[in-house]
Amino acid sequence: MPSFVNPEKCDGCKALDKTACQHICPNDLMVLNKQIEKAYNREPEMCWECYNCVKICPTQAVEMRGYADFMPLGAQVTPMRSTDSIMWTVKFRNGMLKRFKFPIRTTPEGKAEPAGGFAEGDGDLRSYELYTGPASHGLKGLTTLKK
Amino acid sequence: MAVNFENVEVTTDLLILGGGMGACGAAVEAAYWAKKNKLKVTLVDKAAMDRSGAVAMGLSAINQYVGIKDGQNTLEDYVRYVRTDLMGVTREDLVASIARHVDSTVHLFEKWGLPIWKDQKGGFVHEGRWQLMINGESYKVVVAEAAKNALKDCGGEIYERVFIVEPLVDGDRIAGAVGFSVRENKFYVFKAKAVLVAMGGAVHVFRPRSTGEGLGRAWYPPWNSGSSAYFTIKAGAEMTCQEVRFIPVRFKDAYGPVGAWFLLFKSAAKNAFGGDYMVERRDELEKWAPYGKAKPIPANLRNWLGMLDVMEGKGPIYMRTEEAIKKLSDAETDEKARKKKLKELENEAWEDFLDMTISQALLWASTNVEPEVRASEIAAAEPYFIGSHSGASGAWVSGPEDLLAGNPKAKQDYFWGYVNMCTVKGLFCAGDASGASSHKFSSGSHAEGRIAAKSAIRFVVDNGTQPKVDAAKVEELKKMVLRPLQTFEDNCRKTTDPNINPNYIRPKMFMFRLQKIMDEYSAGVSAQFSTNKHLLERGQELLGYLKEDAEKLGAEDLHELMRCWENVQRMWQAEAHVRTVLFREETRWPGYYYRADFPKMDDANWKVFANCIYHPDRKEWEMKKRPIHALVD
Repeated sequence: MPSFVNPEKCDGCKALDKTACQHICPNDLMVLNKQIEKAYNREPEMCWECYNCVKICPTQAVEMRGYADFMPLGAQVTPMRSTDSIMWTVKFRNGMLKRFKFPIRTTPEGKAEPAGGFAEGDGDLRSYELYTGPASHGLKGLTTLKK
Repeated sequence: MAVNFENVEVTTDLLILGGGMGACGAAVEAAYWAKKNKLKVTLVDKAAMDRSGAVAMGLSAINQYVGIKDGQNTLEDYVRYVRTDLMGVTREDLVASIARHVDSTVHLFEKWGLPIWKDQKGGFVHEGRWQLMINGESYKVVVAEAAKNALKDCGGEIYERVFIVEPLVDGDRIAGAVGFSVRENKFYVFKAKAVLVAMGGAVHVFRPRSTGEGLGRAWYPPWNSGSSAYFTIKAGAEMTCQEVRFIPVRFKDAYGPVGAWFLLFKSAAKNAFGGDYMVERRDELEKWAPYGKAKPIPANLRNWLGMLDVMEGKGPIYMRTEEAIKKLSDAETDEKARKKKLKELENEAWEDFLDMTISQALLWASTNVEPEVRASEIAAAEPYFIGSHSGASGAWVSGPEDLLAGNPKAKQDYFWGYVNMCTVKGLFCAGDASGASSHKFSSGSHAEGRIAAKSAIRFVVDNGTQPKVDAAKVEELKKMVLRPLQTFEDNCRKTTDPNINPNYIRPKMFMFRLQKIMDEYSAGVSAQFSTNKHLLERGQELLGYLKEDAEKLGAEDLHELMRCWENVQRMWQAEAHVRTVLFREETRWPGYYYRADFPKMDDANWKVFANCIYHPDRKEWEMKKRPIHALVD
C-alpha cells in the first residue's frame, strides 16, 4: 500500500502496450509482475496517495489503503473520473457515506489550444511581451512599474 | 559495464528540463518563437507529463492572480506583499516580471478548460486577495495538453521517463545534459544551444514527521528531489536564498491545505486551551518589525507564534473548522437558507482536499471527522526547498532590463542580458529553479516558464553556434551515472542478503542518513527548527562522510538508479543549505529556522542576499553577499 491492486480485477492491461498505472505514476512506483500479469506498488512508503493510478485504471483494480502509520483502518475514498467531472464516494470508518461530484474541465479532451483564441502579439522577439500579449492580459500593453 | 547501455544522442536548439508547471509554460511559449525562427525544442520529463510535477494530483486554488485588468491590484501591490512575506529579502524585479504576466497565464488556463469559480456577476471567486478558487482536479492535465499541442505544432520532441542527472558545459556556457531512461537501458546525451531548467524543488532532504509508510506523504511531492538545484549548482551557477526553506503549517499528518480555511472560511487556529496565538502573542511580532507589524503577517511569523505555543506545551493546535462553519451558516437568516449554506460549505471543504490532497479526505474519513462537527489538528511540517512558494531558494537569475531601467545600481547588479538566465551562459531557470522570486506558485511558475523560454529562444537566435561537447567527458559521465548499477552487480553476491553488504549503500538508507543529519543538526522537526554554529559544523562533518559514501551507492535496477541520483541531488541541496544557514549570522525567518546563537534580525549586516557558488573546476564553494535594491516604495 498505500495504493494496492485487487488481483481479481487487474488484467495487467493486456489490451495496452504498457499498464496504465505504470504509465501514469509520477513516482515510478507501479510495475507489472510479469509472472502473474498483475500490477503492484513496489515502494508504498514513497507513495504520495495522488490517486492517479486509481483514476486511470481501466478495470478499477487499484484502490487506496491509507498510510498505516497514522490512519486508522476501515475508510475508503473512491473516485470515478469521466471526461468532464469526477464523482467521489467517501466511506467513513464508522460506515457513514458521503458523495461529491465536481467538474474537472470545460473543454473537450485534447482541445486545449495553446494561444487560447487570443490574438498573437507583434511578434517582436526582443520585447518583454509574450506571444499572446497584450490580448491575453485584457489590457492594451504590458504593465510596468511606476517610475 | 555489467549491463550494456545504448547511447542516444539528441541535438536540439532549446532543451527544456522538467514537465511541471514551469516547463509546460516554457513549452507553450518556446514553441511559438521556435517555429517563427525555425528552431527545435526538446522537452525531457522524468515522469508522464499529464501527471508530473507538483500539480500532478491537482490543486484547489490558484494562488497568484493579481487582477490588473479589473484594477483589483497593481504590480507594486504584489511586490510589497512578497517583500514583506520574505522579511525584506526579495528580487523585486523578478517578482514584478512574473506578476505582470501571471494574469495572462490564468486567462489562458481558463480558455484551455480549467474551471475557475465565478461569482454571480461573472467575476472570479477570490479565496483571498491574490487567490482564486478552481475545480482543479485536472489542472495539470489541461496545462500539459496545451504544452503538448504547442510542441506538436512546432515539430518539437518530448522524452518522458528520462531522468536528467548532470549538466554538460563548454567553458562558461551550457552545452546540454545527460541522463538515463528509467524504462530501458539507454543513456541520453542532449546537446543544446540553450537549456531551461524547471525540475522543481526538493522534498525528503529533512526527515519527515511520518517515517513509516507515511514517509511518502510529504506536503510537496516526494518526486521533487532537488534536480534543479543540483543541475544549476553543478553547472557552476550562482545560487541565492539557499537558507530560505519553507515550512508549511498544514492539517497534521496528511498535510491537507489550510488556505481555504483561513482565507475563504475565515477560520481561526487555536491551542488546546482555546487560546488564539495570533491574538495572545501579538507582542512578539514587535520584535520582527517592520515585517511583524505588516498585514498580512508574514507566513514564517504566523508559524513562529504557533510554534511558541507548542514549545510551551499548549498543543495540540486546532483549526476550528466547526466554529468557522457555524459562523458562516448562522449568518443566513432562515432555516432553509442555513441548511443550504451548510451543505454548500461541506461540499467546498471536501472538494478542497479531494482536488489536491486526497489523503486528508481519507484521514478525515478514517477518524470519523466531519469538519462542521469537530476541529482538526494542524502542525508545522518538515522543511522543504520550494522557491515558487514561500521559500526562496534557487538560482540567481538576470532580471528584465525595462523594470530595472529607473535604478542604475539595481540594473548593474541584477541585469546581464537575458531575463531568467542564471550566471552560466545559456542556462535559464523557472519555477522552483529560480530564486528570490517567491509567491509565484502554480500560475506564476507557468508564467515564469513562458518568460524564460522566450528569453532562451532569443539567446539561441543571438548565439547560433552549437557549443562543443567533449566525447571523453560524456563517456566519463556515463561511467559515473551508471556506477551504482556496476557497484551492486559486482558485490551483491558477497553476502546472503543484498540489503546488508559492506561494499555499497542502497539509496533508501542513504536518504535516511541524510535526513537524520539535516533533522538533528540543521533545524529540522526534532530540533524544534533550531540550530547554531556548532550544530551546523558538526552536520557539515557528517555530510562530508555522506558525500564520500555517495561514491558507493548501489542500485539493483533502473528504478533504484534513479533513487540513487535523486538522493545525491538532495545531498547537494542540503550542503548548499547548511553552508548558507551558517553564513547568515542572524535569525530572519524564525518560523522557518532559528539560529539560537544569533536570535535576532540584524538589518545592519544581513539585509542582503546570501549567495553561494560551487566552482566545479576547483571543487570549492564561495559565499557572497549581494545587495537588495528596492524598486517599489
